[in-house]
Amino acid sequence: MHIDWAHFSPGSALAGGALIGVAAALLALGAGRILGAVGLFAGVIDGPERVWRIWALAGLLGAPTLARTLWGAAAPQFETGFGHVVAAGLLVGYGARLANGCTSGHGVCGLARLSPRSLLATLVFMTTGFASVFIVRHVLV
Amino acid sequence: MRNAISLCAGLIFGLGICLSGLSQPHKVLGFLDLAGNWDPSLAFVMAGAIAVAAPAFALARRRGADWTGEPLQLPRNREIDAPLVLGSAIFGVGWGLAGLCPGPALVGVGFFSPLALAFVAAMAVGVLATRRWRLWASRRLPQDA
Repeated sequence: MHIDWAHFSPGSALAGGALIGVAAALLALGAGRILGAVGLFAGVIDGPERVWRIWALAGLLGAPTLARTLWGAAAPQFETGFGHVVAAGLLVGYGARLANGCTSGHGVCGLARLSPRSLLATLVFMTTGFASVFIVRHVLV
Repeated sequence: MRNAISLCAGLIFGLGICLSGLSQPHKVLGFLDLAGNWDPSLAFVMAGAIAVAAPAFALARRRGADWTGEPLQLPRNREIDAPLVLGSAIFGVGWGLAGLCPGPALVGVGFFSPLALAFVAAMAVGVLATRRWRLWASRRLPQDA
């Protein structure tokens, strides 16, 4: 294993992670709900509990403008083309909705709640995520 | 009250995604590429988030109600079932394909990135395609969270 020290950014990663934790804590304590991105998105397009989810989604969509003003956060730069991105979006939407959670709902909130379902979900999507990148970067090239 | 809290939580969530590097596909792919030049940063994102969220969930559970006095609506389903495992497996493959999961993809739309918008549109199709599974699950499980 070779560590990419040039891109390693533990400080901003930890601080950004802590902010995500604050957001999850606020929603749990203040509104008694789980902060999960696919749940927010699915709830907005396909019911139930649409109203609070629309507000949370509005905050999420507004954050980049604030981040750009505060510290000049950069827009995402993709390594893959349109076809890859659409295929990935289909798989992510279908899979995460089927599993009732994604990186935030299972990976952060679920693990923080010590949920066995979320632990298993996280182990599974990490494993297939590693496998997917391995195949794309080291087998298909 | 609930809507104001939700707006703030969404905003802080998005700021965290931007600051952590999760919004950049190359950062995510660098983390998922164990066999290449591995960038462990995202493990720190997860650790930071869980370290803050875990005590909050424990506190919320002990209080039993949110700030408006209403009971918590946290998941109660504890069953390990096929949709959980299969869905997570499919999600992971897609995550590794483009380096985006749902939160950062929505943040990408907030950056007005056309590719993030394409990803989110495809994600909506994927979400709606699970309806049949969810109907089946709702007949089997009376109350899923």
